[in-house]
Amino acid sequence: MRQLFLFVSIIFVGILFIFRLFYLQVYTSNEHDLFEDNAIRKVYDYPKRGFIYDRNGELLVANQPSYDVMVIPREVEPLDTLEFCSLLKIDKEQFIKRFNRAKHYSPRLPSVLLSHLSKQDYAALQEKMRKFEGFYIQKRSLRHYQRTIGANVLGDIGEVNTTDLKKDSYYKMGDLKGKQGVEASYEKTLRGVKGIKFIQKDRFNRNIGPYKNSTFDTIPEQGKDITITIDSKLQEYGELLMQNKRGGVIAIEPASGEILAMVAAPTYDPNLLVGRERSKNFIKLRDSIANPLFNRSIQGVYEPGSPFKLMNALVGLQEGVITPNETVTCYAGYKYGNRFMKCHCYIGKRNNMISGIQESCNAYFSTVYRKILDKNSNASEGIDTWSKHAKSFGLGDYLNNDLFVGQKGRIPNRAYYKQVYPKTFYSTYTISNAIGQGEVATTPIQLANMVAAIANRGYYYTPHIIKSIEGETVPDKFTKIKYTSIDKQHFEPVIEGMQQVYKRGTAASLQVKDIDICGKTGTVENFVVIDSVKTQLTDHSIFVAFAPKNDPKIAIAVFVENGYWGSRFAGKIASLMIEKHIKNEITRKDLEEWIIRHSLEDEYAKPYSGEPFRINEYTKLQFVDDSEYKRLKRELKKLQTP
Amino acid sequence: MARETNRHYKFDWITIILFFLIVGFGWLNILSASYTGGDIDYFTFSKSYGKQSIFILFTFCIIIVILGIEAKFYERFSSIIYIVSMLSLVGLFIFGKNVNGATSWYAIGSMTLQPSEFAKAATALAVAKQISDLNTNINSFKDQIQTFVIIIIPALLVLLQNDTGSTIVYGAFFFVLYREGLPKYYLSLGMSVIILSVLALKFGALTASIIASVIIFGYYYFNKKKVSFFQVILALLLSVGLSYGVKLFYDSILKPHQQDRISLWLRLEKDPVKLEEMKRTFAYNLNESEKAISSGGFTGKGFMEGTRTTGKFVPEQHTDYIFSTVGEEWGFLGSSFVVILFILLLLRILHLAESQKSQFSRVYGYGVASIIFIHFLINIGMVMGLIPTIGIPLPLFSYGGSGLWAFTILIFIFIKLDSNKINEW
Repeated sequence: MRQLFLFVSIIFVGILFIFRLFYLQVYTSNEHDLFEDNAIRKVYDYPKRGFIYDRNGELLVANQPSYDVMVIPREVEPLDTLEFCSLLKIDKEQFIKRFNRAKHYSPRLPSVLLSHLSKQDYAALQEKMRKFEGFYIQKRSLRHYQRTIGANVLGDIGEVNTTDLKKDSYYKMGDLKGKQGVEASYEKTLRGVKGIKFIQKDRFNRNIGPYKNSTFDTIPEQGKDITITIDSKLQEYGELLMQNKRGGVIAIEPASGEILAMVAAPTYDPNLLVGRERSKNFIKLRDSIANPLFNRSIQGVYEPGSPFKLMNALVGLQEGVITPNETVTCYAGYKYGNRFMKCHCYIGKRNNMISGIQESCNAYFSTVYRKILDKNSNASEGIDTWSKHAKSFGLGDYLNNDLFVGQKGRIPNRAYYKQVYPKTFYSTYTISNAIGQGEVATTPIQLANMVAAIANRGYYYTPHIIKSIEGETVPDKFTKIKYTSIDKQHFEPVIEGMQQVYKRGTAASLQVKDIDICGKTGTVENFVVIDSVKTQLTDHSIFVAFAPKNDPKIAIAVFVENGYWGSRFAGKIASLMIEKHIKNEITRKDLEEWIIRHSLEDEYAKPYSGEPFRINEYTKLQFVDDSEYKRLKRELKKLQTP
Repeated sequence: MARETNRHYKFDWITIILFFLIVGFGWLNILSASYTGGDIDYFTFSKSYGKQSIFILFTFCIIIVILGIEAKFYERFSSIIYIVSMLSLVGLFIFGKNVNGATSWYAIGSMTLQPSEFAKAATALAVAKQISDLNTNINSFKDQIQTFVIIIIPALLVLLQNDTGSTIVYGAFFFVLYREGLPKYYLSLGMSVIILSVLALKFGALTASIIASVIIFGYYYFNKKKVSFFQVILALLLSVGLSYGVKLFYDSILKPHQQDRISLWLRLEKDPVKLEEMKRTFAYNLNESEKAISSGGFTGKGFMEGTRTTGKFVPEQHTDYIFSTVGEEWGFLGSSFVVILFILLLLRILHLAESQKSQFSRVYGYGVASIIFIHFLINIGMVMGLIPTIGIPLPLFSYGGSGLWAFTILIFIFIKLDSNKINEW
């Protein structure tokens, strides 16, 4: 027994040690990862971020250098805080707060202590930097916007947040990343790939040479320049016209699906979101009631109103429930069951398709809609057919393009109504869809795309923003034709109707000399909830158009929130944009003058005033004040002299 | 009869091979841990690995001398060797050189010598001599005291030189004495004290006392005939006293840095901020060494490829923390290999010791195995965080001339004694 005691102890300790080794080295050990290894210093080499050009090769976005003060908390030695703070131009409290935040994130990984030093501060700091151990300066490149336009299109870059860090291990604390717009959708193309150097450290954090003779090091890959489809002149003009209004303008080149202009109003100067003031400005923009960060041209979901009648006309022809010459009598409205939908035609007016579109006759399109749904005496089947046709125009779903944000909109089918009408379903239940209200909802870009498909007589390309990438081809999903479910011949009567809108109809006052424009006005009722009371606001002014009729160069959709009737604001802007794009000069100075003269700010203030207000015909047109008018005039002038 | 003469030289080659495997592998790791770039100069005084190779070369001289001396010499002169060794320890108080707070070195030119390393072998000889003396009866209290004194003198001397690690090593002789018949209650007592102290520190004195009482009463209940009630009460009082005593000792007598080590070991500190603080200060070595070992994974990063070793993240890596180099560069496979080498060496020595005919050789062999075992247990246990930080080297493996030579002497005296067993009468 006594002989065994030491023997057993030795065996026991041996087994215990091997178990412990197994626990340390096999059970809890991760694969050896260079990035996790704090014995290896990782030094990043940031590549140049790609430039952004407009379709005419004009430079929109370039770079400017910026310097961040970085800190690795555990490497910090006691320092002269007072001197350091005065160099950084922050007070001691701030310094401690920032330092603790960095330490909280990680004592051994670098964090940004202070971002975007000015060049002067950088120069002063650079000389004294070696006195402050644990701190270093990281050079990065920030964006430099050459123009003040297109903030919503271009987007911005900002520091990665913790979600980004978790999602993609490429990003390290303090890295910059596209946050919105093109910067976000083409992030990987623009950013390039940063290079990395692995350096072996000793325990005093001194570099003792490259790790394994730099075998694992990589050199940075430069970001690629991209050209976007935006025409900066048209964009600029659109943004100017939309000042003091809210809404969106989308112009598409029907022959390619390229987005010529994407105006969201209100907008902002993209330079606001660059540099040290970024987060402050971002919060200001985000929290403002007008919400300029919200891209109304692609995110705003509105009932389309009368432009949607074009859709119903096309479906009616395709389904063979109506011919172009068949007439419908209007009784200044349309009676269905015991209800009545008003129309501004006179009693007894007989409309065929062309005059129905021209006059935007509610009775005509209610009749067509009901005929479509009741084609096989089964409204359930009918609405599914109708829905399918509408969806073939890219409505009611994400366009799946290269814009960073988007909305589905809504084209209802039978399944959508299952909840409200579980058993019986008649065409009259959804009659509002006939005139583009009710459950139909679209974004301006979807509507512009619908117009482009009409202009092309039956097909479209997915609207997109990328024109070319340096050394790469544009994804073929943007060069592939998408056919609608409507046959080519059915487009002619509809287009004829759209031309009549300009010649004699609701947009007769908006004609432009020498350009054959086809358009359609829309006036859409809308409501908000104020203090839990559903309150009607002044109608949205909507307009869609394409031109020229026989060789379409531009298809456009304009939404102006609370602008009242279609041709009042939206139509004028559409005509001006078309003329600008086709002629590159404006003959309808009167329209231009009217648009910049008038503001809708009062209209937008009403729901927040807390006082009762009136809408539509009881509103007064608001003029911009003199200084604002002069400013706009000056900008307009700058724009016309290149 | 020719075979008889051959047996004069029958050294135990298994032990010798294990010895050189450990020394050789140790040198490779010292090279890796102390390499700072440039060409490798195998024999140089300017680099630790170069010095170590010179130390290793010199062991051959030591081995030849030790094996050349008549085996009986060691037994006969054990007392003198012991006394000389003790004097060398005492001399340190006058001539000693202070390194890292411990006055354990003689400086001879640029070389330093650590007599406490050699004192272990001397004590092992003296203990063997004392126990194997025909007049000694280990069961008599007087003889126990005599033996304890032999062990305690060097232990006290090194403790006074601030070398706590070496002091603990003398605890190894418990295994020797126990093997030679030290009454069992010493073992029970020793175990109880250790277990009770740990319980008291980890769970508080009250909990420890309650656990002890339950066990004592349970024991009494089943063995009423063997133990008297008086003994139970005595045991009870002692345990409760010890529980509170240990706690008091920990709280009031131990220095803060010693408290911290124990608190880290027993995971007493729950506050994550303070824990982080510990990892950065006194537990820095331990933390880095555990990380280095862990980062080795199953197969290791390869010889001279360990990033933490190359970056010198583990301080004192070539001495006390040499095992972390093995862990990082050779992984689970290599570390287990080293553990197994030591176990084989220990079991081999133990086996040889048991097969000795003379009690002196057996006791000495036991002493050798016990001393190496304690070093092995504390060093590797510490590097892997199983045992509180106690600074002693890994025998034959760590950098250091005195240690290497002392263990060479320790082991090869035994090999010599073993080779002579056939001539014993």
